[in-house]
Amino acid sequence: MRVMAQVAMVMNLDKCIGCHTCSVTCKQAWTNRAGVEYVWFNNVETRPGQGYPRRYEDQEQWRGGWHLNKRGRLELRTGSRAKRLMTIFASPVQPKLEDYYEPWTYDYEKLVDAPLGDDFPVARPKSLITGEDTKISWSANWDDDLGGAHELGHLDPIVEKVRRESEDKIRFELEKTFMFYLPRICEHCLNPSCMASCPSGAIYKRAEDGIVLVDQDRCRGWRQCITGCPYKKVYFNHKTGKAEKCTFCYPRIEVGLPTICAETCVGRLRYIGVFLYDADRVTEAASVADEKDLYEAQLDLMLDPEDPAVVAAAREQDVPQDWIDAARRSPVYALAKTYRVALPLHPEYRTMPMVWYVPPLSPVVDLLREQGHDAEDHGNLFGAIDALRIPVEYLAELFTAGDTALVTGVLKKLAAMRSYMRGITMGDGAREEVAASVGMTGQAMYAMYRLLAIAKYDDRYVIPKAHEERGHELEELGCSLNFDEGPGMYESGAFGEASGRPVPVAVETFHALRQRQTSDGIAPADSMRGRVNLLNWDGNGTPPGLFPDHRDQPTSTVPGPDGQVPGDALPEGSS
Amino acid sequence: MNVVLWGVFPYLAIATLVGGTIWRYRYDQFGWTTRSSQLYESRLLRIGSPLFHIGLLFVIGGHIGGLVIPESWTDTAGITETQYHVVALTLGILAGICTLGGIAILIYRRRRTGPVFMATTKNDKLMYVVLTLAIVLGLWVSVYSAFQGPDGHNYRETVSPWFRSLFVLHPDVDAMAAAPTEFHIHVLTGLVLFAIFPFTRLVHAFTAPVHYLFRPYVVYRSRDARPTPGASAPRRGWDPVGTRDRQTTRR
Repeated sequence: MRVMAQVAMVMNLDKCIGCHTCSVTCKQAWTNRAGVEYVWFNNVETRPGQGYPRRYEDQEQWRGGWHLNKRGRLELRTGSRAKRLMTIFASPVQPKLEDYYEPWTYDYEKLVDAPLGDDFPVARPKSLITGEDTKISWSANWDDDLGGAHELGHLDPIVEKVRRESEDKIRFELEKTFMFYLPRICEHCLNPSCMASCPSGAIYKRAEDGIVLVDQDRCRGWRQCITGCPYKKVYFNHKTGKAEKCTFCYPRIEVGLPTICAETCVGRLRYIGVFLYDADRVTEAASVADEKDLYEAQLDLMLDPEDPAVVAAAREQDVPQDWIDAARRSPVYALAKTYRVALPLHPEYRTMPMVWYVPPLSPVVDLLREQGHDAEDHGNLFGAIDALRIPVEYLAELFTAGDTALVTGVLKKLAAMRSYMRGITMGDGAREEVAASVGMTGQAMYAMYRLLAIAKYDDRYVIPKAHEERGHELEELGCSLNFDEGPGMYESGAFGEASGRPVPVAVETFHALRQRQTSDGIAPADSMRGRVNLLNWDGNGTPPGLFPDHRDQPTSTVPGPDGQVPGDALPEGSS
Repeated sequence: MNVVLWGVFPYLAIATLVGGTIWRYRYDQFGWTTRSSQLYESRLLRIGSPLFHIGLLFVIGGHIGGLVIPESWTDTAGITETQYHVVALTLGILAGICTLGGIAILIYRRRRTGPVFMATTKNDKLMYVVLTLAIVLGLWVSVYSAFQGPDGHNYRETVSPWFRSLFVLHPDVDAMAAAPTEFHIHVLTGLVLFAIFPFTRLVHAFTAPVHYLFRPYVVYRSRDARPTPGASAPRRGWDPVGTRDRQTTRR
């Protein structure tokens, strides 16, 4: 057993109102740059709908994720490694820009610059790719709120599949139609197929928190990851020629803050917490023969943080204690494993996705109320779930590889929770039999209610910080900004030394400090990386690094005849 | 003149190739990419690019075979001069036509597809000129030799010994000088291509992902891994919003 920690997310779809706040804030934080105009690390899809990029779920076309080959071994859907290398010169299955959409801006200048005339000036849409006038015909959420669903709804791959299997159960007539929202980010999978497809090995999973990242310096732009990811959540920056993807806002996670999308979610439907999982069994779990067993296999990987054996193994493998504690309080563990109401998105891709969803129940309640039933009575609710307006088959294709019993089970739990809580608030008392009817205790049901309905910030986001015992590595050794010419060094500040970013607190290591204070000579400067802390200067000589090096001319601080110090006169354009 | 062209210039080109590659690898990891334009246009690319690349692999293989393996070795193996040339020229011309056809499609695509042309830098244009010239001249040399038949010039007595002699630091200038002008121009263009190689997008060839065949599927890496030398530092402040290519200044 190799215990590793994974930061994961649960989204409660019942609460999503499709406001796109998460998408917008994410876009502002991460993809408001040239080259990624068309990229949405977080997007919200209306289901049924084609999604973004269009029809990404149709793996017959896009060949994302894993499948079992003829010998029953786990293999990328695009085939063997050699086959992928052979086709590297023109990646065969690659979404085109039209499959996302052509990004555009408006010619706003016209509004101000247009000469006086009888007509109002118009800001024409301009393509951000060609710079030419363009006709806007698609975007990341063009079919939002079922826009055009009666024409385009049947293009949803899930609708196609469900229709094939259940004879036209899904309709788009106004009175029979349904919809719900599906916010999507990178799944930060345990068995990521983007990583497995990357020829350069540039995509990696962080050992500490399981966040999947693209090393921008090692990515060579082969674009195999874009084909490999079945969720199409790796994107190609067409300006830099590198792959980019959702980072799970790792700079925020490292200091214990939730991701931007979660932080700004007005519905408060996102939960972030830690899983402990068994990394040794991931491939085995992803290889189970029946797709419908994948959910259980994935759930089995999630280790019980209360189990002493798990805790001992975690400690042995250097999972920090505060991470183990966080795993115990983890809201995602509670929703996914304890209450079993959160389901993974498309487990049949065999990537073991780590963003989980509580399926939506709401429409059924409205439906019952309209029909004059007692919408909160669990008996009525249970009966109605099978006749749900959102067909259970549709949800099952999304979350359980088509196993409707699992989805029904989850929806029943949610329905029972309403009924149970109604009993309490109406003064009828806690009815244990309601909880028992879905295999839960009243106490667990109440705890689930608190988590789903009224959980506060600190309950929804239980995020341990990047580990403080290793903090010194960030300050003196491991800070990624501290190499030569990096902004962590004094020299690179835009306005000379000591401008720019604040210097980390521990400027010097303990030993360097002691050596400096006790030695007679000048302490060796190599450990100081060219920095000098004058508070510790013993006054002996001139420590190297006290004065900045001038690369352009030999160091001379004697004023010239014109009274200018030569070092000050920088050649033109050198700043 | 001969000494400069065949004794000095090759070393300068090789020095630029090696030094430039090392420098680029150390200081421009972020710029080291294929800079694919498949997102803009895929139909022509999927014909042109494999044609060009696979043709090129054969061309490179042919060059290595022709330049590195001495004539005496093939003689010992019992391959006659005529046999060798028929095979070499047939394969060479075939591969050359594939390569040339491929790059022609790619250049046509680059010029005619708006977004692809907009993403083309001056650096790319220079590179395309030199690369195409080298291919055209190489093909011309092959065709020329083929028409001359067995009595024609045998480059394995002139160019190849000179090429090998470069590596023992004792360039056989006279051998190369004896080769016809067509060979001279082709070799010079090739040397220029080597010299500009590290500063163009061609560098992606040096990181051909052969190691992919041997690495594990899932890559774990620790958060605190030291940055690799040459890693690009994030710049301070915000990146400009908007598309830079819209402005007149191209990279």
